[in-house]
Amino acid sequence: MNSCSRSLLTLGLASLVAVAACSSSSSTPAVGSGGSSGGSSSAALTASAPGITPTTITIGSHQPLTGPAAPGYSEIAPAANAYFQYVNAHGGVYGRKIVYTYHDDGYNPTTTSSVVHELVLQNNVYAIFNGLGTPTHLAVVSFLNSQKVPDVFVASGCQCWGETPSQYPYTFGWQLDYVREGKILGQYVAQHFAGKKIGYFYQNDEFGQDGVKGLDYQIPSSMVVSRQSYVPTNVNIAPQVAALHAAGAQVVVSFSIPAFTALLKLTSLKLGYSPQLVVSNVGSDPTTLAGLLNTFSKGAVNGGSLVNGIITDGYLPSAGDASNSWITLFKMVHDTYVPRLPFDGNVLYGEAAAYTFVSALFKAGRNPSRQDLVNAIQAGLPQGPAIGPYGYSTSSHYGITGAYIGTIANGVITQQGSALVTDTTSSGAISTFSGTEQSAPSDGIPPH
Amino acid sequence: MRRALAGVLITAVVVWVLSVKLSAFRDFQIAEIAAYTTAVAGLTVLTGLSGQISLGHGAFMAVGAYTIALLMLHLNWSFYLVLVLAGLATAGAGAVVGIAAARLSGPYLAGATLMLGIALPSIANAYPGVFGGEQGLPVTLATPGFLGVSFPPTRWQAWLAGAVALVVLLALASLSRGRVGRDWRAVRDDEVAAALAGVNVARARVLAFVISAACAGLAGAMLAVITNLVAPGGYPVTLSITLLTAAVIGGIGTLPGAIWGSIVVVVLQTYITDLATSHGLSPTVGANIPVAAYGAILILVMLVFPQGLQGAIRKLLTGFAGATPLRRNPAPDESPEKEGTHELL
Amino acid sequence: MVEFLQLTLSGIVFGMIYAAIALSLVLIWRGTRLLNFAQGGMAMFTTFVALEIVYKTHSYWLGFVVALAAGLALGAVTELTIIRPTLNKPELNSVIVTIGLLVLLEGLAGILYGGQYRSFPTAFSQSGLHIGKTALGVGRDDVFVALAVLATTLILAVVFRYTSAGLRMRAAAFNATVARLAGIRVARVLTVGWALAGLLGALAGLLVSPSTYLYPDSMDAIFVYGFTAAVLGGLDSPAGSVAGGVILGVGLNYVAGYVGGGRGSDLESIAAMGLLVIVLMLRPAGLFAGAKTRRV
Repeated sequence: MNSCSRSLLTLGLASLVAVAACSSSSSTPAVGSGGSSGGSSSAALTASAPGITPTTITIGSHQPLTGPAAPGYSEIAPAANAYFQYVNAHGGVYGRKIVYTYHDDGYNPTTTSSVVHELVLQNNVYAIFNGLGTPTHLAVVSFLNSQKVPDVFVASGCQCWGETPSQYPYTFGWQLDYVREGKILGQYVAQHFAGKKIGYFYQNDEFGQDGVKGLDYQIPSSMVVSRQSYVPTNVNIAPQVAALHAAGAQVVVSFSIPAFTALLKLTSLKLGYSPQLVVSNVGSDPTTLAGLLNTFSKGAVNGGSLVNGIITDGYLPSAGDASNSWITLFKMVHDTYVPRLPFDGNVLYGEAAAYTFVSALFKAGRNPSRQDLVNAIQAGLPQGPAIGPYGYSTSSHYGITGAYIGTIANGVITQQGSALVTDTTSSGAISTFSGTEQSAPSDGIPPH
Repeated sequence: MRRALAGVLITAVVVWVLSVKLSAFRDFQIAEIAAYTTAVAGLTVLTGLSGQISLGHGAFMAVGAYTIALLMLHLNWSFYLVLVLAGLATAGAGAVVGIAAARLSGPYLAGATLMLGIALPSIANAYPGVFGGEQGLPVTLATPGFLGVSFPPTRWQAWLAGAVALVVLLALASLSRGRVGRDWRAVRDDEVAAALAGVNVARARVLAFVISAACAGLAGAMLAVITNLVAPGGYPVTLSITLLTAAVIGGIGTLPGAIWGSIVVVVLQTYITDLATSHGLSPTVGANIPVAAYGAILILVMLVFPQGLQGAIRKLLTGFAGATPLRRNPAPDESPEKEGTHELL
Repeated sequence: MVEFLQLTLSGIVFGMIYAAIALSLVLIWRGTRLLNFAQGGMAMFTTFVALEIVYKTHSYWLGFVVALAAGLALGAVTELTIIRPTLNKPELNSVIVTIGLLVLLEGLAGILYGGQYRSFPTAFSQSGLHIGKTALGVGRDDVFVALAVLATTLILAVVFRYTSAGLRMRAAAFNATVARLAGIRVARVLTVGWALAGLLGALAGLLVSPSTYLYPDSMDAIFVYGFTAAVLGGLDSPAGSVAGGVILGVGLNYVAGYVGGGRGSDLESIAAMGLLVIVLMLRPAGLFAGAKTRRV
């Protein structure tokens, strides 16, 4: 036998031996008999579902920790984990500690598929929490639903997660979706800037496109004089801003990430152009923006003051609002567990999503199955830190359904008027939310 | 040729046994590795045998993937027919690129293919109505009924991808032994001498592009099936670079090298990340360690093992030097290097 | 008309950045006939070093100087350690080695400095310049960027053409064996060439990072366009780098501004590829390539 076949045969035999060794140690999923929700407090803790043991609950996620999307988004998972650690240190969920395993997918859907397959098939996680990104999560949503793995609180504002529970029964959104956000911002612009020229500046993906869809539901097209898009891989937005300037837009509505909001501001100033900026919540965090602008004019103009006057929306309390009970809680958790991260909108987002997840876990019962978690969310969740109500029901898996309009002033988003709730249709009304915002629980743990 | 057939049969048996014995996640990885092998095999032939460096083969994977997604979305044809069509469509794209690149060499070819790798996927964003934009297009493939309801879909995907990879490897082995392969090597080593000997240089170079692009197209189609989605974010420049590094780590110009390189690329990433996070490092630092390690490995392999894993294996098993890798065009004062045998296996 | 002026001027400024990267690539190509795929990564890394200095000492120019020195050092070290072994080997080896260096530097930057966007200060004011009431779309700092790159090109051209050091470099690249016979220390010349390229790259990083924000992958796109500019202009020609850079920068701006009705930025990379393909099909060695003789 020649050298090549010999080498292949050797390797073939070696791998068969390896297989014999591996298959004996490959983990088999823990099959639980369905748990009972709401059992008495003295019921023993069992391994009621994959990922649940008497002492731990293991959940997984996919996040862009490296690559082009990492700036900004890589803080969210550590912040969520900080809140989980706080809960673990204060009794856990019915005594179980939450183990949060999140893997890097570099914002590449192929990698997302790989890491989520690993989390579900190899690590046997109980649920996937806060998977980040629309194209990335779309690569795994069918897989997760076919495997009946709860896919909760996807970190993306796409309508995909909440619109059709019949197609994706295990998937739930959380943040305010972009179409609703566009409608709420659009109504404000149409009412307060009637007769002015409006320009759109938006990221050319589903985030920006859905936002524009919502804007167009509310702003008459005759008011819109220019629509310019950008891609995050190209920082030279001078052509777009020059076009907005040439069209004479007096108000620019921007569905942009913070870096591009900052670039928009800088490029406009270079042109001597100062439109009123109305920015999506995604790109308007005052702390992040100030950091990105603080070297402009070598300190002669303070970065923070450049963002004053920006109009935006919000569905969580503003991170700079020290008087809010939720901010006090989340800042305390941040200072204890992740002090090296800046306390900005991303950290607040991560902690708030984590809080919502813990409240859903408590609702699912002492020995929950995967279906128990799904049922618990579908039955509706208390508002928690969200400004508007959740839309969870058997017919809708949308999360937060409303937001307030605010203006940035001195590092804080100051709320103007009440929160507004709406739906995702072109004709659905925008109504004032009559409920009151809840206060944070005194011990920081969701009531149960 | 019998050697290649024997190798393919042995590999097929090994893959079948592994896919049945190992867990569903390993089946998924086997399918991934098989898909990468298909693309890397084509690239290693293009770069190793015909001497053309391509930094944009990820674009061809995108062409194959989008073809299969669009055909399956709009027409209800059999998957196998659609797969073949994807390969043909990508072969066509390869012909176009090959013709445009026929006069280029060295860094100019590298630059042109790099831009191709960046620009082609962005067409999906520029025409979102057809290509689904950033969100991409879904791809689903049902497991055939005759296997039973409880047959794990990941195992079926492993078999499919494995079969495609093995057929491609066999086809490439056969090509490289024949006149086509001899023509490629002749053009790679000395264009002028080859032309004088009657080889149609341009045609040989374009054919190499066509074949390697078709392989990449098939690989892209299989990867789309495995990941259920075709989106531009799945074809960044790093994909093209990864294919090239897999070819080099495995052993440039060698077909088993395509397998070793793909295994390394797919398995190493997961292994190092798990290793880093298990040591308590912050996940952001932990996620960057595999990146740094990957770069260090690339440098070390090229400095210490330029023939890659297949070269090391051959050295180990046969005791004498293996295939010499691609030879660049000599600088004006250098005399041509001594040629060793250019074995494919 | 005003928009056209703004697009042209800001296109020239970005084009100068591409030219800076292109220049460093040309320098290395002329010296070692290699492509340095890590050029952008090296620029990013030295700019991070500068940022640390600037934060600690609040002095922009100190950070500037330190970055240039770090570029010199990084270039020299790279050549001595990982490029030297690949010099007489197939060109694929050097391609992989420099790609490996790029990935290594990006990973290290992520570990040492984190992945967040960091804003980088400018040397001069970014407030827009005006002629009368017309905004030009560029600031004083942009003028500095353009002039710095032009000055560097001129100095390089002069050094290559008129100094003995430049002559030595050109001799070593043209025919290393004969150069050694003439007494030129070829190895040292190569190291110096890479060190200079590192300095050029560091300069490019400093000039462009205020506009791109600094993070581990920030120089990737700039490198690709710089590479394109170098190929467009011809890898043997520093003047070609500048011409290629300006053509690319201005051309891309026009595409983004006038094509696609507001969605032009999607088409930029397609336009760049189209431009590259057309130029290379007509002149396979770039716009400013000299006549090639064929060896038979």
